[in-house]
Amino acid sequence: MRINLTSVFVDDQLKALAFYTDVLGFQQKNKVAVGDDWWLTVVSPEDPEGTELLLEPDGHPAVKPYKAALVEDGIPAAAFTVDDVAAEFERLRGLGVRFTQEPLQMDDVTVAVLDDTCGNLIQIMHTA
Amino acid sequence: MEEDVFKALADPTRRRILDGLVERDGQTLYEICSRLLTRHGLGLSRQAISQHLAVLEAAGLVHTRRQGRYKFHDLDTAPLERVMTRWLRPAEADTLETEAPEADAPDATESTP
Repeated sequence: MRINLTSVFVDDQLKALAFYTDVLGFQQKNKVAVGDDWWLTVVSPEDPEGTELLLEPDGHPAVKPYKAALVEDGIPAAAFTVDDVAAEFERLRGLGVRFTQEPLQMDDVTVAVLDDTCGNLIQIMHTA
Repeated sequence: MEEDVFKALADPTRRRILDGLVERDGQTLYEICSRLLTRHGLGLSRQAISQHLAVLEAAGLVHTRRQGRYKFHDLDTAPLERVMTRWLRPAEADTLETEAPEADAPDATESTP
């Protein structure tokens, strides 16, 4: 068994696509119209056949309170691996990205947490 | 308030939380939990850590700050200074504040019937 697809709930799919591609650096993979929404996935350019991230609309009434509660306590909705958290922190901060947790080294893991502007926190991490 | 400070400091987990906040102010609950787990092997639930934070907050050692949709925790060492001054610089402590009434003494300002 392998993880083929995982998802984050976003408040605006096209805004999310712009953030996840232009800012974070993912690539659009699938964009299929489904009613007023899209089946919209992105992948890492380093692994285009790998796990897809679904940018899922957050219209269900249970989703917004769930997201708000996670964000209030600083809990990330997803975690992505980068080569160097400190370098990525500087790059993204330069692009105006807001971090709720600056790079923190804990044993051999370094993490930071950013706001994806679509209602989620995202953790970036690397292992030394 | 002073009794609350001693109570707050009596617990080793709460002292570890303060150790973490000395390193960096403005931590989310998630960061506080991460530090306790990875630095000290304290795998408590978020609910348990929230309760510890509430005790620290009641003692005035931690303040929470809402910024937009986020909630951050800051360290406040002022209550520790008051506690230490009491013995290290007692003359100064007298001018800073008068001793709070003992817990078993009735509080005249209390308006409850």
